Amino acid sequence: MTSQALRLAIDIGGTFTDTVLVSGVDTILASTKTLTTHENPADGAMQGAERVMEQTGRTLSEVTGFIHGTTLATNALIERRGAVVATITTEGFRDILEIAYERRYSQYDINLEKPDLLVPRDLSLTVRERMSASGETLIPLDDASVCAMITELTASGATAVAICLLHSYANPAHERALRDAIIAKCPNVTVSISSDVSPEAREFDRLCTTVANAYIQPLMETYLDRFAQRFADDGVSCPILMMTAGGGMCTIETAARFPIRLVESGPAGGAILAARIAARAGLDEVLSFDVGGTTAKLCLIDNARPQTSRQFEIARAARFIKGSGMPVRIPVIEMIEIGAGGGSIAGVDRLGRLTVGPQSAGSEPGPVAFMRGGTDPTVTDSDITLGYIVPDTFAEGHIPLDPEGSKEALTRVIGSKLELDAVGSADGVSRIVDESMASAGRMHAVESGKDLGGRTMIAFGGNGPLHASRVARSAGVSRIVIPPNPGVGSAVGFLFAPVSFEIVRSRYSMLNTLDAAAINTLFDQMIAEARAVVAQGAGDAPTLTQRTAFMRYNGQGHEIEIDLPDRALTLDDIAPLTAAFEEEYRKQFSRPVPGMKIEILNWAVRVATPDGDIPRVPPAPNLNTIKATDTRPITCDVDGTLKQAAFVARDSLAPGDHVQGPALITEPQTTTLVSADFSVRVDGAGNLILIQDQKGDTE
Amino acid sequence: MSDLSPARLQVMWNRLLAVVEEQGQTLIRAAFSPIVRECGDISAGIFDAQGRMLAQAVTGTPGHINTMAEAVLTLRERFPVQNMKPGDIYMTNDPWLASGHLNDFLLMMPAFKNGKVVGFTSCTSHLVDLGGLGMGPEGSDIYDEGLLIPPCKMVDQGELNSLLMDIVRANSREPIANEGDIYALIACCEAGVTRLLGMMDEFALDDLEALATYIIDTSRKGTLDAIAELPEGTYKNMLRMDGYENELELHATLTVSKDQLLVDFDGTSGCSRKGINVPLNYATAYTVFAMRCIVGPDIPNNAGSLEPFKVTGPKGCILNAQRPVPVAMRHTLGQVTPDLVLGCLHQAVPDLVPAEGASCMFDLPMRHAPEVARDGGQEFAIEPVHNGGTGARPHADGLSATAYPSGVYGSQVEITESVAPVIMWRRELRPDSGGAGQYRGGLGQRIEMSAANDAPFIVFLSVERLKFPALGRMGGQPGAPGRIRIRGRENDIPGKGELRVEGDDYLIFETPGGGGFGAPNLRDPEALNSDLKRGLVTDIGAKAYEENA
Repeated sequence: MTSQALRLAIDIGGTFTDTVLVSGVDTILASTKTLTTHENPADGAMQGAERVMEQTGRTLSEVTGFIHGTTLATNALIERRGAVVATITTEGFRDILEIAYERRYSQYDINLEKPDLLVPRDLSLTVRERMSASGETLIPLDDASVCAMITELTASGATAVAICLLHSYANPAHERALRDAIIAKCPNVTVSISSDVSPEAREFDRLCTTVANAYIQPLMETYLDRFAQRFADDGVSCPILMMTAGGGMCTIETAARFPIRLVESGPAGGAILAARIAARAGLDEVLSFDVGGTTAKLCLIDNARPQTSRQFEIARAARFIKGSGMPVRIPVIEMIEIGAGGGSIAGVDRLGRLTVGPQSAGSEPGPVAFMRGGTDPTVTDSDITLGYIVPDTFAEGHIPLDPEGSKEALTRVIGSKLELDAVGSADGVSRIVDESMASAGRMHAVESGKDLGGRTMIAFGGNGPLHASRVARSAGVSRIVIPPNPGVGSAVGFLFAPVSFEIVRSRYSMLNTLDAAAINTLFDQMIAEARAVVAQGAGDAPTLTQRTAFMRYNGQGHEIEIDLPDRALTLDDIAPLTAAFEEEYRKQFSRPVPGMKIEILNWAVRVATPDGDIPRVPPAPNLNTIKATDTRPITCDVDGTLKQAAFVARDSLAPGDHVQGPALITEPQTTTLVSADFSVRVDGAGNLILIQDQKGDTE
Repeated sequence: MSDLSPARLQVMWNRLLAVVEEQGQTLIRAAFSPIVRECGDISAGIFDAQGRMLAQAVTGTPGHINTMAEAVLTLRERFPVQNMKPGDIYMTNDPWLASGHLNDFLLMMPAFKNGKVVGFTSCTSHLVDLGGLGMGPEGSDIYDEGLLIPPCKMVDQGELNSLLMDIVRANSREPIANEGDIYALIACCEAGVTRLLGMMDEFALDDLEALATYIIDTSRKGTLDAIAELPEGTYKNMLRMDGYENELELHATLTVSKDQLLVDFDGTSGCSRKGINVPLNYATAYTVFAMRCIVGPDIPNNAGSLEPFKVTGPKGCILNAQRPVPVAMRHTLGQVTPDLVLGCLHQAVPDLVPAEGASCMFDLPMRHAPEVARDGGQEFAIEPVHNGGTGARPHADGLSATAYPSGVYGSQVEITESVAPVIMWRRELRPDSGGAGQYRGGLGQRIEMSAANDAPFIVFLSVERLKFPALGRMGGQPGAPGRIRIRGRENDIPGKGELRVEGDDYLIFETPGGGGFGAPNLRDPEALNSDLKRGLVTDIGAKAYEENA
């Protein structure tokens, strides 16, 4: 990255649009938050861009790199604002969507409704054809049934089509022929085929992914086109790259083909930022912790690589229950998201148990203290009552707060039922919500075969720094990093993402009888395809190729990702790959099972531009312990007693400065609570480093 | 020093619930048995020093509710606490002590703090194969069904009983998988103890008594409050089932009193000669599960919430099978006991209870025919699982092709075909199979399949509701019964026993539909039109909804 590079990142979220302007590698020149303009999101983006240009005296025509992420794709799916989609499946398999996994997502709830998967049965069409699991044609694509289907399709009013034929990942010929036939006869219909969108075995997941892609494709094509045009008209001459759920960037053209890959790009940006911080600080095991108004998102980052996954669920039912949403199989940065944030509503259930979330007061009506009509006490109301949010400095004074309203609501809803005063109620709310965030993190670690203890937490988002030390204590984590500009973390993260593309393809193999030639051919095709996509965005820049296989013991359901060498496989690789699998298995399950056969269903390739040199955090001067002159009273989260917390503005601190907890470090978009059992220092890159180094339960 | 404010106690309770869920996940991920992978057929729990259950993982199958709580009490009585040492682990797979059949191994480990037993962790998992005739209903007694291990010490102060492990290996067709599963169970117990002690340290607890009292009292009170909303009385119900060699009657009498729900199976048919008999612990698990779906479903399972539920039955009836009858496929009838007891509860609270559903899953273990292996053909063993429709709810249609009461996952056709030489030619909903009603029963599905390579294979059947369908309630009509046949053969195939499928046979399974709720002519015309438009109901099926149908 040359020093004259000027790069712009715009992250359009549900409430705010974050804009960051950076020069060189990572010098942030300006950042701003503007309100998202739902009618035409490009308006809010343009506002943000103009504001940072104005602040820095630069112009859009000077921009050399432009990265954009948006929740538009996600929101269209959640709010059901997409196209009318018809599905086309193999004859005999009309009900793949409706039958799904034949499962209820909640064991005891006899009244549950299954997720709406966007395509009703009368728009589920079939054609006569059949491939075998190995990709041989069992029944050729039947012309008469194709004609009949097209007649039905035309009559149905569908504007987008999702085609998912059985075993098309093994042989896409029928899907392609069908696509061409439809395009020829119905030029106004957009077509997504499963062998392009998600060439993996498991018909339900593949069809869902294809449906979701088809559903948002017309909308996203129009949006991307208009967005690019708008900025081109105002002088942007560099290509606009789109942030994907997998934490990479792709071109507008690729995004328009696979808009489903754009979901959850904002949170992915946050994880990329955390990974970058981990790399700079040399942290091997990290937990990123991103808390906003409605949800908390946690991600495990090992060796500066965020954990990735190949599946994601869109629009889970209110309680964030696994299985209650629409599964899509795309490369994603793996995160756990729970309904716990500043706006989460607290109450008491009929057993007399304190509950927090997942319902959220959001920004409208918001917490009681915001005086916008909210009457239910929220996590933010508790934080105000405990003294962690100081009214006169909150949001730079833009939002006046009513602490008495918070106390009244807490006493009315919680205190009266549990015989607690306002502070006792607030303390209870804090303990419950912090424990549930910590427990989500622990559970996520267990599901990934990992442990939280010993990790460093990197906290950001509007409420992350406020809850970090409390959640860390519950999770057994004793070290926290709060980066600069934690409020716009996702947009900052965009600037560190590589141009990349990932393809996963299914081919069932037993490791001990591996057909190396066939797998090598498969990889050659996948790599050529991925390189072509990356070259669109990265030109002839060098790229890295990572090959992986997803292995499991024959009979098990859980797959383990094993890196493969970046070259053709030979039979000599079987022994070292077996050893690598067993070693990874040992890490996750304490002992391998020698003698058990190993099978592979999926093969993946990821082509990406390299990260470049990552500067290490410069050393900070010797510790300079600051005795704060200003203090505020808080209720200590360790022992519940009243204490005086040091009250320090973040921008008054310099590298090396050190403050003993309890302390509140404030900045325009958030406050960091340093609990009594923690202390904080500033490192050479301006990060706040919180360390749990004392008992904290004495004055 | 320990702060025992309600919020703290609740945080600790939440932590225990999280710990058992973590244990459960670990077990599922490491398991080799398809039924564990697809159904989460495992259990994990934490107990106090007296053996009272404080928390249990919510897993895919309800078959371990109560059974684990009872089993830990039994083991704790059998082995005096004062003789226990840190690192000891006890186990059994006795169907009448653990979980109803030999495949379920139950382990229990004491947790020590300051030299004293402060609690226990326990877990259960379904092992792939314990010898005998294997998973199927063909055994004539428990000895035909494989290896039974009475309660014993499996790990002695951290030292694995290697003789026991050798015996388990020597008596199984899948020795490696069994060993893997047992190690996973041990790791699960150990992890539970470590987490429990870690939590006690964090919250400065020397024992679990105050926490246990809080959890149990709160849960018991919540459950009793829910019971108090039911009208007191005695409610009777009877189900007719296909059975194996003869049809069966299942009877239940539910007595609702202020502080208890008592179910008794008096009147139920005697045992079968084949392995579809159900030990009472397992029948209890599913029966209590069904009641808990209606009465206090939001209260976690523990000694307090389970205490007000009692289930009894005369010894020797098929729901209280006594040694040494065969029990391998006890889930077949176990899974219909919810319909049995819900039929009683319906009389008490008609507006809360759904109609009967397919209930028993179509679990279809398949294996190559013996001569195929001899002749060098492709060997395979798969266990596709598919379901029928659930009963209509009092305010909503039933769910089509959906598991209830189990939480099993249906198999994906592409995976089945990737790992075994079979082709599934159809997997579609059965129009008109949902019982007509104001709310329609869920639809069953039709699955057609054949060998991919002209080689014969065997299907081990133990499914229900081929003769007697799921009944509706409040005037709702029954769902369609299930059906199994081979195309071109005159007679249908019965639901129990070994079925040999020849290389050129074309096999058709139809899973049952759920019963309807409310009179069909009360159905919202728009809902009926939508069903017609979507082909869920045909013009012929629509006649059932006419005024004087």
